[in-house]
This record gives sequence, structure tokens and C-alpha cells, in this order.
Amino acid sequence: MGMAAAESQFHVLAVDDSLFDRKLIERLLQKSSCQVTTVESGYKALEFLGLRQGIESNDPTALSPSPQEVEVNLIITDYCMPGMTGYDLLKRVKESSAFKNIPVVIMSSENVPARISRCLEEGAEEFFLKPVRLADLNKLKPHMMKTKLKNQKFEAIENPSNDENGTAAAGEPEIKDSVEMGIKILPIQSEPEPKQVLLHVVQQEEQTPSNNKRKSMEEGLSTDRPRPRLEGIATAV
Amino acid sequence: MDSLVAQLQMQYRNYVLSLYQQGFLDDQFTELKSLQDDGSPDFVSEVLSLFFDDCVKLVGNMARALDQTGTVDFSQVGASVHQLKGSSSSVGAKRVKGLCINFKELCEAKNYEGCVRCLQQVDIEYKTLKAKLQDMFNLEKQIVQAGGIVPQVDIK
Repeated sequence: MGMAAAESQFHVLAVDDSLFDRKLIERLLQKSSCQVTTVESGYKALEFLGLRQGIESNDPTALSPSPQEVEVNLIITDYCMPGMTGYDLLKRVKESSAFKNIPVVIMSSENVPARISRCLEEGAEEFFLKPVRLADLNKLKPHMMKTKLKNQKFEAIENPSNDENGTAAAGEPEIKDSVEMGIKILPIQSEPEPKQVLLHVVQQEEQTPSNNKRKSMEEGLSTDRPRPRLEGIATAV
Repeated sequence: MDSLVAQLQMQYRNYVLSLYQQGFLDDQFTELKSLQDDGSPDFVSEVLSLFFDDCVKLVGNMARALDQTGTVDFSQVGASVHQLKGSSSSVGAKRVKGLCINFKELCEAKNYEGCVRCLQQVDIEYKTLKAKLQDMFNLEKQIVQAGGIVPQVDIK
């Protein structure tokens, strides 16, 4: 699979140890008008992203990606994989300052509520039960759109202090983060940017996340409406 | 010519419907068909090929794991069953999937005879499905060769 230039299409990195499943997810994503790169393991995924053994892009000897060439708008990964599980990969991505903003989606053939909530707590955007369907992937567009918009518009605003908020998964940093994001976003009022609305919605949602998550657990479905999420906010369950 | 195409198309429709009605296929198979288009005209047959390769491999693993003179490692059998359950579910192979669900329980119960019987059933079932799908693809080919278009079969 070649590297996709960051054009108007979304680029998805799909991770699954099964050739069969890779073929399937690739077709589903292509049908959703996405560019797809498939890899067979979490290690290969990290390699593709340019994160090898925790070495990040400021290491000159590492395979550092240039943002224009390897823009990944979403990572979709199987949960059960030998070596590095989808959960491990999720953690690695969310712990990386360079890539923590990439939305991650987990797929699994098993409906295990504890597994689902663990992944969502760690920052996964959605949890899909296999077999994944086209309708499931349609839910991903809002998440990928956010990354693209973010990359295009917020690069100047991103500041290093975001990192500490981003990696905090424990405790309750949500409200604090929301406020900080609010401060960052206000200067952009002139643009018809939905971020302020999203901020409000996020705060509302944070108060009732359990309903959505419970539904996910019970029905094995990802939540109905696209859950707009700003980076650095972990959803408590 | 026209009546041949029409005849073949009707035969095809009935055949596909029967596969659903008899429980060989479920709506996941319909979903797979919907993913096939001009850009990927052989998607379904490619995916099925991979699935049947998987069947051969996994059934072989299960047979080997069950063919022990000493203690059988049921978790090993279970791991292969789990994989087969996943791929059969993803392909819409309803009967195979159903058998895998039973098989999984038998592994967990460490029911040796049950597992051996179930494995035999799985073997028969995937081979039967393979033959039926081959017939279906042959009908498709005949329709195209006769100058017709393969109809979309509405499963209701």
C-alpha cells in the first residue's frame, strides 16, 4: 500500500492480523471513499506512523513522518492480535504527543463489556463489533473530519502544554480541558466554526456518557450520534 | 437467446433464494455483495476464496489438536474455532457460524467426543457451502455468457 498524500480524501490505517479481515475492512473503507493502508500488526502500524519503540519524531534516527506525506486521519484496529493487542496500540498512540489526536477505533468479534469500556476509557472513539458494516463506517466521518480540520486550522494554536492534558487518562481532567480548549477556540469566533457548539455538546455529553456506553456494551453497537470529542478529553464511564 | 437468459436468471434467483432460506447464507453475505462494484468486480469471490482457505487451514489445526494420544489442548482447538467463527460470521456463512458457536461450548466443556463430532460436521458443512457457491458462480457465468446481466436478488 502506498502512502497517501493528504488530499481531500481521508486516509485510514487499518490494523488486523487476519488477511481475510484486512481484505474486508479495506473494501469497506474504499467503499466509504477512504484511502486505506492495511498492516498486519500493531508494530507495523507504529512503524508506519513513524513511532518505533517509543522513539518519537524528534529523534533524527527514527523514521519520522513528514505531516504532508503520512497524514492518517483514523486508525481502525482489531482488538485480539498476537503480541501487541489493539488496546496496546491504542495506548501507544494516545501516549504519543505526535499522534494522540488521531482517532482510534477498535473492532472485535466478541462483545465483552469490560473490554469495550476499557478501550473507550483509554480514548478509543468507537468500538465496533465484527462483522463491521458500511453503516458503522459512516459514523466515522465526523471523527476524521475533526482531525483534518484540526490539522488545517489549529496548527498555529497547538501548544506544548496540551501534552500533559492529552496523556491524562485517570482522574477527571475533562472539565479543565474543556475550559482550556474554550480559551483556545474563542479567538476564532469570526469563522463559521462549529467547535464552540461542539464544546457545549461535549460538556453536556460528559455528564451523561454512561447511557451511551451502556448501550455500546449491551448492544455491541457504537453510539448513535457522532460524539464530537476534543483532544485531551478522556470520557469517564 | 432472450428466453435462455431469462430462464437462467430465474434459475439463479431461485437458487440464491434457496441458499438463504435453507440457512446457508445470511444478510452478511448480502452486505458483501453490496460491496462489490465495477471497481472491485471479483470482491465476493476473492473473499470467499480466502474464507475457504481459512477453513482448510483451521479444520486441519483442529483435527491435529484433537488427534492427540495424550491430553487434548482444548484451548488450542478453541482458538481455531474462534477464528473460524469470526470469518464465517464475516462472510455470511450462517450454518458454519452456528456450528462454531456449538463447537466453542464443547471446547469449553472439554467434551472430546462432542468436539470430534462437531469437527466432522464443520468439515462437511463448509465443503457443502463451497460446492453450492460454486454452482451459484457457475450460473452467474452462464448468464453473462448468454449475454445477460446477473440479477440482484432481493432477499425478503
